[in-house]
Amino acid sequence: MLDLKVSKTVDARGAFCPGPLMELIGSMKTEPVGSVIEILSSDHGSAKDIPEWIGKVGHEYIGTEQKEGYWSIVVKKAK
Amino acid sequence: MGKRILILGGGTGGTIVANLLARGLRTEMRRGDVTVNMLSASDKHVYQPAFLYVAFGRMQDDEFIRDQKSLLDPLINFYVDPAVKINTDKQSVLAKSGKEYPYDYLVIATGSRIVPEEIPGLKEGAHWFYDLEGAKKLRTALKAFQGGRIVMAVGIPHKCPVAPLEMTFMLDDLFSQNGLKNKYEIYYTYPIGRVHAMEPVAHWAVKAFEQRGIKYETFFNMKKIDPVKKQIHSEEGSIVDYDLLIAVPPHKGQPVIEDSNLGTSGWIPTNKKNLKMDGQENVFVVGDTTNIPISKAGSTAHFEADTVAESLICQIKEGCPGRDYDGKVFCFVETGLEKGTYVWFNYNTPPNPGEPSQMIHWFKLAYNRLYWLSARGIL
Ligand SMILES: Cc1cc2nc3c(=O)[nH]c(=O)nc-3n(C[C@H](O)[C@H](O)[C@H](O)COP(=O)(O)OP(=O)(O)OC[C@H]3O[C@@H](n4cnc5c(N)ncnc54)[C@H](O)[C@@H]3O)c2cc1C
Repeated sequence: MLDLKVSKTVDARGAFCPGPLMELIGSMKTEPVGSVIEILSSDHGSAKDIPEWIGKVGHEYIGTEQKEGYWSIVVKKAK
Repeated sequence: MGKRILILGGGTGGTIVANLLARGLRTEMRRGDVTVNMLSASDKHVYQPAFLYVAFGRMQDDEFIRDQKSLLDPLINFYVDPAVKINTDKQSVLAKSGKEYPYDYLVIATGSRIVPEEIPGLKEGAHWFYDLEGAKKLRTALKAFQGGRIVMAVGIPHKCPVAPLEMTFMLDDLFSQNGLKNKYEIYYTYPIGRVHAMEPVAHWAVKAFEQRGIKYETFFNMKKIDPVKKQIHSEEGSIVDYDLLIAVPPHKGQPVIEDSNLGTSGWIPTNKKNLKMDGQENVFVVGDTTNIPISKAGSTAHFEADTVAESLICQIKEGCPGRDYDGKVFCFVETGLEKGTYVWFNYNTPPNPGEPSQMIHWFKLAYNRLYWLSARGIL
């Protein structure tokens, strides 16, 4: 996970609304295919929802790292 | 030469900043030490939350549209001359008329716009209430509705995140009371894994959906609409049939932002605390057009405007750095045609909606009229 070059980091910590997954979906639309996006989230629900959504839509889930008080979730835009 | 403050946008954020500056810097403006110029795309000021009520025939144009000039302190110079290029190196803005407006401080508050064309078939197959024309078309469609399946589908990103829920509850009240009971079904779709972005609101809304018999599907992002077959295809692979589709189209910032290379999709990278555009000491960003991961709402624009005006006044009068925005957002939530609740939150405090009541609904109706005091920087 750490070897991949992150093209964009979205810091959605403390974002109660619209929240990390909405921010990620919005960012995925504007980034080119192949880009690696890291989302920082302090919301427990999103740490579960983001990988689930990635799986449903068919992007590539790279991984989640729990840091101090937040999660770093990395995904690759596949299509 | 005096300090020149240029404000782009005469909507909620821009108007509040301008009026607060005129109050806080009155002496300096009278002396000619400070000038405040505002450029906007229209001579009218539209209170957009009214569109929700327009769709139900509950608000008329003259209640929510005013002449912009009538809302501005006379010390502010107002021009209907939309910005076409913002040049931060030259500290100047080129407007549609060809005129250049130089500035010492710039406030960008050009808002957001719907882009239904981003989803194939949406323009042809859907109604919406996120602009005035759409709200009026929807008003006609709701009046003519004889029953069937109404789908409320939510696109990303969008302003006023509670509006789709409000629409859903208001529709259910309307049709359960006007003789269509048992002849309609409401189907609500939402992009993420719960029915609303705010977790506590989602918990509460799901219970209300279940009580009312409103069906819903989560993880649903509109991919395309087939207006002939009346079907919505989602990015996640499901297909939903509709008789009447009400969508929240995706949004973008104004073209001038991308045309000036200030931010992808018209969202300007902005410091979430001091509200300065990244890398620019003298450019502030207010309202929908920031890229801050926070609700795009009038209340956000309002609280940000308070912060920016105070920072500018402080800086110009005393050379002090100004204060930070704490992420405060306050939204009324209509939970039907007769009741409402509200949520507020900031960067550190999560939202916690209270029990809906008639009183809060009435307060929202009252605020629809009090808004003009907010725009004037009084409330
Ligand atoms: C249906 C609906 C319901 C809503 N309900 C609520 C609610 O209940 N509560 C709430 O808080 N918010 C609500 N909102 C959201 C709220 O209206 C917006 O978030 C708010 O108006 C944003 O303020 P702003 O100053 O960023 O932009 P706006 O108020 O949209 O103003 C933008 C201004 O910029 C001008 N402009 C555009 N292009 C240019 C240019 N190139 N140069 C110069 N000027 C330009 C426009 O003419 C306009 O005057 C609702 C919105 C909708 C559509």
